[in-house]
Amino acid sequence: MDEYMLIFRNEDGGKVASPEQMQIWMKQTMDWIGGIAAQNKYVGGNGLVFENSKIVGHNGVVTNGPFGDIKETIGGYAIVRAESIEEAVEFAKGSPILQGEGNTMEVRKIAKG
Amino acid sequence: MNQQELIPHLFRTEFRKITAVLSKLMGIEHIETAEDIASDTFLSAVESWPYKGIPPNPTAWLYAVAKNKARNYIARNHIFDSKVVSEITQATAENEALAIDLSDKNIHDSQLQMLFAICHPSITIESQIGLALRILCGFGIDEIANAFLSNKETINKRLFRAKEKLRTENVPIEFPAEKEIQQRLEAVLRTLYLLFNEGYYSESQDTVLRNDLCLEAMRLTYLLIENESTNLSEVNALLSLMCFHASRFEARKNANGEIVLYQDQDENLWNKELIEKGVYYLHQASKGNHLSKYHLEASIAYWHTIKADSQEKWESILQLYNKLLVVEYSPIVALNRTFALSKVYSKAKAIIEAEKLKLTNNSYYFTLLGELYKESNPDKAKENFQEAYRLAKTQADKQVVLKQIDEL
Repeated sequence: MDEYMLIFRNEDGGKVASPEQMQIWMKQTMDWIGGIAAQNKYVGGNGLVFENSKIVGHNGVVTNGPFGDIKETIGGYAIVRAESIEEAVEFAKGSPILQGEGNTMEVRKIAKG
Repeated sequence: MNQQELIPHLFRTEFRKITAVLSKLMGIEHIETAEDIASDTFLSAVESWPYKGIPPNPTAWLYAVAKNKARNYIARNHIFDSKVVSEITQATAENEALAIDLSDKNIHDSQLQMLFAICHPSITIESQIGLALRILCGFGIDEIANAFLSNKETINKRLFRAKEKLRTENVPIEFPAEKEIQQRLEAVLRTLYLLFNEGYYSESQDTVLRNDLCLEAMRLTYLLIENESTNLSEVNALLSLMCFHASRFEARKNANGEIVLYQDQDENLWNKELIEKGVYYLHQASKGNHLSKYHLEASIAYWHTIKADSQEKWESILQLYNKLLVVEYSPIVALNRTFALSKVYSKAKAIIEAEKLKLTNNSYYFTLLGELYKESNPDKAKENFQEAYRLAKTQADKQVVLKQIDEL
């Protein structure tokens, strides 16, 4: 069994959600993670804070980002155990992130150390 | 209690006390000797009580015999390494006779110190649990093997190696240093948790014995709470959990010793005093930032003390199970979480999630599926219950499943 990282890609990290909406997302995310953990296939994960993020570019140029020119950003990740990329993709399909239009989940196998 | 029950009962409660006190006195390197002396003491009881009758105070009798045996052993074998020499010399100077202190206080202290000594990082956590079950809980090797789903030979080897290791490491029988407590406490709590579960879920028909195990686990946990440096939030959470579970002792078995499912329990039989204690310790546990699996389990158990169904109740339980699974997976938690999901959303949604669990050698998995299919597809429900019946490991479990089939 391999480990895969499910990367939450938000189309627009600058979008502000209402507290009620965030509450619902949180619950949905916990149910989603709980469902993976119930199969003993959840390894770990975390959310990333959108606010006050920086992009460090070539030559050490620091920009406030990623909400200037590039809106797309990474909102968090979950690491799962799966028999195949297909199984990892099935997990990714359940993520509430995908309810946001334009949002995507990137599924990547973690290189073995 | 008749004699046949009394000796095993006393073995459960007193063997470990005698062993702890003697180990503390003689040092970790003589842990086996301490065990042998304690065993011998019970052997003497078995030899003498049938003929002379049960003494008026059986525990005091056991302590007196253990003291004599220990004194004789020490005198005969000159196990005078430096530790024993200094302690015994001191004792002799003070009391003129070797002081083997079997007072309540010394028993408590010795047991706690012993608990920490056994749960030492130099041996594996399995060995720690095994040794604690043996030495501090008086478990038989076959019972330990059962708890570990292993065999006697493996457990014997494991315990032997663990004792060797403690001996070569020269682990002191004392409280760990302040900064080590948190880490070492984890193993201690796990052992107490397993001890409680052994009593709570035991298949034995001996109710007294089962209750005893749970009460002993609670008493040891309480000892940690009484001690300032170990009175930490997860210890309170564990005791809270134990109180909530223990509050349902009377309600969870009927007069025939059959299991009564939670939803069928008579809540008048729930012990209100224990529920209040559980709430008290849960409140104590909420001081501090540490969120252990015991906090989550105690909170789940708390919600179960409210019998009436509500959206809030099941949503809270579901979220707690979600968190618990992330902290530590177990099949039974996965199944319980799926049941909570059916209460919050729907049975149809829960069926989809349940079938992903694929716990196809677990009878409870099929019981859950049977339960979820009951209304929508009675045939499928029956199939699942029948599979659950086939896989059920105990007569009590089979009985529960049969009842479900009858009700269809």
